[in-house]
Amino acid sequence: MPAEAKTEPTATRAAYGDALADLGEQHDDVVALDADLAVSTQAMKFGKKFPDRFFNVGAAEANMMSMACGLAATGKVPYCSTFAIFAAGRAYDQVRLGIAHNRLRVRIGASHGGVSLGEDGASHQMIEDIALMRAMPRMTVVAPADYNQAYRATAESYEREEPMYLRFGRPATPIVYEDIPETLGDGVDVVREGKDISLIATGHMVWRAMEAAESLEAEDGVEAEVLNVSIIKPLHSETILESLGKTGVGVTAEEHRVVGGLADAVRQVAAEQHPVPIFAVGMGDEFGISGTGEACMEHFGLTARGIADRAREALVLKPIVSRPPLFGPEWT
Amino acid sequence: MASNANLAAVRHLTPVPDPKPPPRLAERGEAQPSIAELERWATLLRLDCVRMLAVAKSGHLDSSLSAADVVTALYYRVLRHDPDNPDWPERDRFVLCKGHAAPIQYAALAQHGYFPLEDLMGLRQIGAQLQGHPDMHRTAGVEVSTGSLGQGLSMCLGIALALRLDGLDATSHVFGVLSDGDCQEGQTWEAATAAVHFGVPNLTAIVDYNHLQTDGTTEEVMDIGDMRAKFESFGWDTVEIDGHDMEEVLEALERSRTVRKPAAIIAQTTKGKGVSTMEGRFGFHGKAAVSPEFAAEAMEELTARLEHQTKALQSTRDDS
Repeated sequence: MPAEAKTEPTATRAAYGDALADLGEQHDDVVALDADLAVSTQAMKFGKKFPDRFFNVGAAEANMMSMACGLAATGKVPYCSTFAIFAAGRAYDQVRLGIAHNRLRVRIGASHGGVSLGEDGASHQMIEDIALMRAMPRMTVVAPADYNQAYRATAESYEREEPMYLRFGRPATPIVYEDIPETLGDGVDVVREGKDISLIATGHMVWRAMEAAESLEAEDGVEAEVLNVSIIKPLHSETILESLGKTGVGVTAEEHRVVGGLADAVRQVAAEQHPVPIFAVGMGDEFGISGTGEACMEHFGLTARGIADRAREALVLKPIVSRPPLFGPEWT
Repeated sequence: MASNANLAAVRHLTPVPDPKPPPRLAERGEAQPSIAELERWATLLRLDCVRMLAVAKSGHLDSSLSAADVVTALYYRVLRHDPDNPDWPERDRFVLCKGHAAPIQYAALAQHGYFPLEDLMGLRQIGAQLQGHPDMHRTAGVEVSTGSLGQGLSMCLGIALALRLDGLDATSHVFGVLSDGDCQEGQTWEAATAAVHFGVPNLTAIVDYNHLQTDGTTEEVMDIGDMRAKFESFGWDTVEIDGHDMEEVLEALERSRTVRKPAAIIAQTTKGKGVSTMEGRFGFHGKAAVSPEFAAEAMEELTARLEHQTKALQSTRDDS
């Protein structure tokens, strides 16, 4: 039965649960583990259907990750879910040696990434997981933009060989993809075309970047191109460089520290192959804070307006340093 | 191997094939190795460890030696494993949770033909397959990579659960060898809790309790207390044995197979066992203690014991 696309705002973690339950039906070797957060991460949708293949380890994330290593080494395809703070933070060494170093087909469903989880505050708001997981050799890092893409990311992860870190969010967020996409492809999609500036976003910031692009067009007559980076590592640079080649200036947007996150990933590529000004929207050298999810996002400027403002600052530099594209269709 | 520049100088250390090779899987049923035979093989593996470390000039010899008797009993008699078919789905699983004792597992694997004996001399050398800690993708016979203390028992539990899902939990058993350091890590107790909660019948944890760690005795550094009582209170079937008494080791291992719940064997051991200058002495852990002089002395002691054990076995055979 094909999964149903959502049209109303829905949390990406809901897609993880739905896709995981569907994977369980399709593949006997899929097993799921959770650490007493299965309702929140939505892994319980799998757990209810397949109790024999579902292991709730309680509040013991380190144990969960190493158990997944043993299960995968014996032919299973484990999906481990917990909050991003525990998946990437507490269990880093377990993920590193047992899963990444061992090159095992384990998928980590890291829910409640970023500050939009809200009220629980700094202790639970993971804002450096992308950096940690990007730095880990062999680990693929995925942050889908909406429910529909998150469903595909989870479903498609079964087909891949490498260890994967999938980042999901707590709040219901607007839909970016009208249908469930057929594939994540190379992980970089142009979701809005434009010629003046590249807004390069991931996860919860993609729909905000779309809104920012609209306001830039309405208020400033600027045609912004919006890129959704769903696979942050390995980063497929071609689409990004093509866009930067066209626009000559960019802004990245992520619900994460700028250090080690999407901003650094994009800047690394650009610095080597097409150096243009790239401004960043993201968390500075600071921890999160309690409040509603939306209030937290606003507090740290992780909003459409925050992106649009950075874009306006970046555009000021454009006439000074802009140059013909080094990389483009005619380049090869 | 080829990259080991020292190899020519240490050629005399290269292990030679054992005239009494281990029984193949098919022969195990009839020819259960005797206690005396196992003891002799334990000496052989210890000898290999000294040779390897003498060439590698780094590694954990004392930790390898304390686990030698347990590892010998497992590989030469208890484990259902087939070097000709390392991926046999129904095999028992051996996990060296205390991955720093890798040399003793490497010696057992090489003696069983998982890879050539000469490869032992590449231990810890660039380009060689034998890593400082076991690596599942580089070395045949290694089930999962280990080396970060505390993770091994959880890995064993994951394997045991996967075997249960495959309907193999009645045949395939998981044996994990832990160190006292493993038991200082909190994760081991997460796994100990979970193993009972999930009710795995096919898991045995052997604690190589040698009471010495990097900074001193376990009692000085962080006293783990009554290990047996701890495992028991977590709901494990628990026995405490002399980890160098082959008869006790064997009996405990074979009994643990029949207990249909997680089983812990607290093996009281002596660090550096078998090399008298190293036995129970602090200060060797992870140090480059294996100088050529030390190696020569240790090898002399172990070679003499091996010869003695071989002769004793021959005379028993002649008598019968």
